Amino acid sequence: MSLITITEVRKSFGQNEVLKGINLDIAPGEVIAIIGKSGSGKSTLLRCVNGLETIDDGSIVVAGAQLAPDEVHLRALRLKVGMIFQGFNLFPHLTAGRNVMLSPMVVKKVSAKEAEAEARARLDQVGLGHKFDAYPDQLSGGQQQRVAIARALAMKPLALLCDEITSALDPELVNEVLAVVKALAEQGMTLIMVTHEMRFAREVCDRVVFMHQGRVHEIGPPEDVFTHPQTPELKQFLGVA
Amino acid sequence: MTAFSTWDIVSNLLLAARWTVLLSLLAFVVGGVVGLVVLYARIARKAWLRRAAGLYIELFQGTPLLMQLFLIFFGLPLMGLDVSPWAAAFVSLTLWSSAFLAEIWRGCVESIPKGQWEASSSLAMSFVEQLRYVILPQSMRIAVPPTVGFSVQVVKGTALTSIIGFVELSKAATIITNATFEPFTVYGFAALIYFALCWPLSKSSQILERKLNVAHHHH
Ligand SMILES: Nc1ncnc2c1ncn2[C@@H]1O[C@H](COP(=O)(O)OP(=O)(O)OP(=O)(O)O)[C@@H](O)[C@H]1O
Ligand SMILES: [Mg+2]
Repeated sequence: MSLITITEVRKSFGQNEVLKGINLDIAPGEVIAIIGKSGSGKSTLLRCVNGLETIDDGSIVVAGAQLAPDEVHLRALRLKVGMIFQGFNLFPHLTAGRNVMLSPMVVKKVSAKEAEAEARARLDQVGLGHKFDAYPDQLSGGQQQRVAIARALAMKPLALLCDEITSALDPELVNEVLAVVKALAEQGMTLIMVTHEMRFAREVCDRVVFMHQGRVHEIGPPEDVFTHPQTPELKQFLGVA
Repeated sequence: MTAFSTWDIVSNLLLAARWTVLLSLLAFVVGGVVGLVVLYARIARKAWLRRAAGLYIELFQGTPLLMQLFLIFFGLPLMGLDVSPWAAAFVSLTLWSSAFLAEIWRGCVESIPKGQWEASSSLAMSFVEQLRYVILPQSMRIAVPPTVGFSVQVVKGTALTSIIGFVELSKAATIITNATFEPFTVYGFAALIYFALCWPLSKSSQILERKLNVAHHHH
């Protein structure tokens, strides 16, 4: 049984068809890397799975929650799948701890006490237990991104979507974030990540999706995709053509 | 006519200024509440709500306050609703303030980065929850200086209500002038009182703006 089922998804911005019939089934616990050229539709696909974009055709189902544009369906979907962004997007007016506590309290009506305990546990998990009372602008980019991961985890999602979550970081801060993601993968979290970190994708991911011009152009285990690319487009993308 | 001492003039102006203050306060506070509702409609998901709010704002921003005052004072009686100058002054200033405040606040809400909406969406918050816990707390910090600045416009706007016969500071000045024939003295004092009301407001708006620009920490 797959956890995430993406079927014939199409999406256009005006005349520009960005997703041209995407099919992808993701099993629970699977770690997927999405790679591809700029503009190939990677972010758009991820944003569709979280309901940040509407789709024109096809369907997306996450553990029984179907993507539909109304608030009830969106809420049900987003309770199952969290998202981490390139730009962290922490709430600057709240401390790290409050960032993590907010949504459980507001959306799930968890008590403040419970939410705080959960927030401390999640911040510990990403190695930032001691930063509970720090504001985002007092944290480094790597720390902010780890708080963002803790914030998403506090909602107990079944899957996490990560869109180039290390691309905005100074090189020396990339590894601390990747280490957190790797630990999550090892604990069985379902992950879909758009990434340019090819080495990380090769090490950690179960399958790699190569997107090209709005389609899944090649898909397979990292060994196949990276060492035996089938299509000229992927060969060119990997620089082995 | 020498029965009017300077103190008589000033004390009568000050008594009338109470109505200026009261009218300003009421129009600003109630206008703020109505403005919040208009703001909500202006940024709502439903397109027809946004358009209706946009029309409301343009109507009040695109016509002189004086016309709005006349339309309410002379127009409502035509529809069988008798309005006192006080009620007409209050209603028109309130509606006028609400439109301007809604537009000021919309600018502040829209200056919040899109990522804040997306992050809170992805955490399953509803539109109202996003506004309440993420967007408004951040916009409010930005909104304070222009909002305080606008309160000066409200105070000055009350002067127009003298035209429909509401006795506030300006109307009182005219009445006293008619009795004393000392327009320069009377209007001079009236202007001083307006200044004493407005200056602290515009000054604090400037100070707040500078403070918020300097302060990077929100604690
Ligand atoms: N909101 C939007 N409105 C119009 N066009 C958009 C929008 N978002 C994306 N696009 C277009 O859709 C196409 C795919 O964009 P997308 O962001 O999904 O690509 P990507 O694979 O994530 O690229 P990158 O590696 O640069 O992040 C691009 O041509 C882009 O210009
Ligand atoms: Mg992208």
